[in-house]
Amino acid sequence: MIRVQREDFDVGTELAKLAAGNHQVGGIASFVGLVRDIAPKDSGAESAMTLEHYPGMTEKRLAEIEAEAHRRWPLAATVIIHRYGRLEPGDRIVLVGTASSHREAALESCAFLIDWLKTEAPFWKLEEGPEGAKWVEARSSDDARKEAWKK
Amino acid sequence: MKLLYFAWLRQKIGKAEETLDVPPHVKEVGQLLDWLESLGPNYATALKERRAVKVAVNQDYVGLTHPVKSGDEVALFPPVTGG
Repeated sequence: MIRVQREDFDVGTELAKLAAGNHQVGGIASFVGLVRDIAPKDSGAESAMTLEHYPGMTEKRLAEIEAEAHRRWPLAATVIIHRYGRLEPGDRIVLVGTASSHREAALESCAFLIDWLKTEAPFWKLEEGPEGAKWVEARSSDDARKEAWKK
Repeated sequence: MKLLYFAWLRQKIGKAEETLDVPPHVKEVGQLLDWLESLGPNYATALKERRAVKVAVNQDYVGLTHPVKSGDEVALFPPVTGG
């Protein structure tokens, strides 16, 4: 299931849904991404960020990434929730949850989903730092992590 | 053709979207970017670093030789940074 929303989400509720009514599920893996405070510790400031997305394409790409995970692993259910709008340090940004009969499929597909999402889903982060707002630059290490899954 | 701009491309060009009548010689993404650059200094500045400009046509990632036609939704944006 894909959700792109401004509102927060409850991790426990969302993960519980993955196994609800399905006793073949033996394990659930999850990744929760949070807004990290990038302001210097002694500055007394907190750095918020704003997440922009491409309505329509974002959901479409996430659905494609999710479908790819289901092709690669025997998954009972998956959830991807990604927020947009202004978020404060400590706020949840993203949830990836994967449920399977066995832990390998759940853990591996969860890592796959967050790695692919970071390089494929059209989201952009604008960080509010001490010197003003700055667009976060894509990291080549993220591309490398995604490439590793092509093998 | 509907053009959409995101993140710093939107800020540099100065608008989030517009509908443009693209001249007939513009048949591919690369030609579209060249033509957009000629529309004004804001476009030229935004598109200067081509390597940093990703393109989606009708919500699919495409390369510079992908065809474009009137009626397409073409989005220009920097490399994505979600998650």
